[in-house]
Amino acid sequence: MSASLSNPPVRGLALRRSVTSAVGWIACGIGLALVIFPLLDIVGVVTLNGLAAINWNLFTKDTGGPALGMANAIEGTFIITIFAMAIAVPIGVGAGIYLSEYGKNRLGSTIRFLSDVLTGTPAVVLGYFSYIVFIISFGWGFSLAAAAITIAILIVPYLARISELALTQVPNTMREAAFALGGTDTTVVFKVVLPAASSGVITGALLALAISVGETAPLIYTAGWSDYAWNGQFTHAPIAYLTYVIWTFINQPDAHSHSLAYAAAFLVMMVVLTINIGVRLMVRRG
Amino acid sequence: MKLRPFRLFVLILSLFIPAALVAVILFLVIYSGQAIVFNGLHFITNVNWNLGDLYDDPVVVRGIQVPAGAAYGVLAFIVGTLATSALAILIAVPLSIGTAIFLCEAVPEIERATWRYFPWLPPLRQALAMLVELVAVVPSVVFGLWGVAVLIPFLGHYVSPTGNGYGLLAASIVLALMITPIIASTLYDALSQVPKENRESAFALGSTHFEVVTKAMLPMVRTTLIGGIVLALGRALGETMAVLMVSGGGINILPTSLFSPISTIASFIVSQLDSAETDPTNMAVRALSEIALVLFLITLAVNAGAKLLSSGALNVRKPQ
Repeated sequence: MSASLSNPPVRGLALRRSVTSAVGWIACGIGLALVIFPLLDIVGVVTLNGLAAINWNLFTKDTGGPALGMANAIEGTFIITIFAMAIAVPIGVGAGIYLSEYGKNRLGSTIRFLSDVLTGTPAVVLGYFSYIVFIISFGWGFSLAAAAITIAILIVPYLARISELALTQVPNTMREAAFALGGTDTTVVFKVVLPAASSGVITGALLALAISVGETAPLIYTAGWSDYAWNGQFTHAPIAYLTYVIWTFINQPDAHSHSLAYAAAFLVMMVVLTINIGVRLMVRRG
Repeated sequence: MKLRPFRLFVLILSLFIPAALVAVILFLVIYSGQAIVFNGLHFITNVNWNLGDLYDDPVVVRGIQVPAGAAYGVLAFIVGTLATSALAILIAVPLSIGTAIFLCEAVPEIERATWRYFPWLPPLRQALAMLVELVAVVPSVVFGLWGVAVLIPFLGHYVSPTGNGYGLLAASIVLALMITPIIASTLYDALSQVPKENRESAFALGSTHFEVVTKAMLPMVRTTLIGGIVLALGRALGETMAVLMVSGGGINILPTSLFSPISTIASFIVSQLDSAETDPTNMAVRALSEIALVLFLITLAVNAGAKLLSSGALNVRKPQ
């Protein structure tokens, strides 16, 4: 009898709990959908409009001419990225080697902390720093050198931390064995530790490459913009880049500019997503 | 002690990182010195940013040459930065909690073998988690392009009372999308580390699956969640291109509604390049340097906070 008295409220409570749970799950699912749907929409919109705008002139004609082209921007992004990587990879991987092999001390943790601070610094602040140093104080003007150095400063901390992570995963026994065989610092690092960690270091370099292709803010104040191909000068010559095409041409009134912006966005997005998806699939497999 | 040239060499390479950071701070401080003296506290209390008369002879104030009538007040941009970031966090936190819970608990762990025609695909849960992570790597400027092409017309047509989609809300939505993956993946990692025993005890007490997640698991990862939110805030404060493209670029007015045109510090720096270059006294460039310094200090404080929180907070394994 007492059970029949207490049952209804308990049943009501159970009902409320299961309804709350169901509503909660649905809300969480909607949350996931609201995150993934914009990504798919971005990829879809950019791919559809970008593919429609792709033609041979894009890769052969400059934005300065009457034909629809952006060869100068494609070439510029390529050159800036190559020089930035050429500066950043030796420094970043070298710093990674120091941090992992010899940096288990106070100096090492200080560098680690400052490297994270540099990673957290807004890219636009780095760009403005380069502007007042290279463009104004050194008098280089908008130039490849300023752009490449700025991008290098931006990606060095990523490279250092990812290389460090890859190198520390090499078991210590390998180092001990190499030293026991009479290896010097250099041979142990370059013949044993780096080869063993090469996939991790290459992963870091690829992610850094993706960052440098997709950046805009640090280049606005350093690279400037040029409607024509790079003239081979490191200073005193502005240089074009793809992300500039995206943000300025989409605000032009005409359809031609819009299609150029979408084509540029498509190229940049393909590079960035391909690298990131490829790296993630490889890491999961390995 | 034996000289070890290789160790010295890699040490010097690694010292480039602190050197770069010191150089950034030093040059920003030195270059903004005159602006700091000229502006004083008005810099952060004044809403009016005025380059002055660039074609008239400059005047001398407190020993510093400035264009006549120049005033550099950045309160509107500080408010714009804080407002967009706060609103973005407000949107992103529930989204990320939902995303992380759903991924971690509701998505079935379909193994690779079941993807009969796509054997190279990772398991379903990992595949969805990867999609969420990919949102974070889409370049800012591509987000901006999507904002201009899709989000702005949508907001203008269905949400905005004036029919103009640009402004505070648009910037916050784009920012929220960009930072959600940061919070969600931090929380996802923490949730998947909650010990089995805690889940099982909650189930044994008769909790529904959802109650296990919200009442037994979420409280254990609270500190990690807060650390992730602060980290995301650091990213949102410095985000430039996407905000620049959808914020409407309001200058010298404080936002009054969700559709007020605004500028953040970062977007303002970029938008001012051309006007600053025309100032013969270089004062505008110095004032911009001061505002870059302010942005640097804000993000530094936020990121340091995130680091402190996460260093003490990763021990999910100790519930009490």
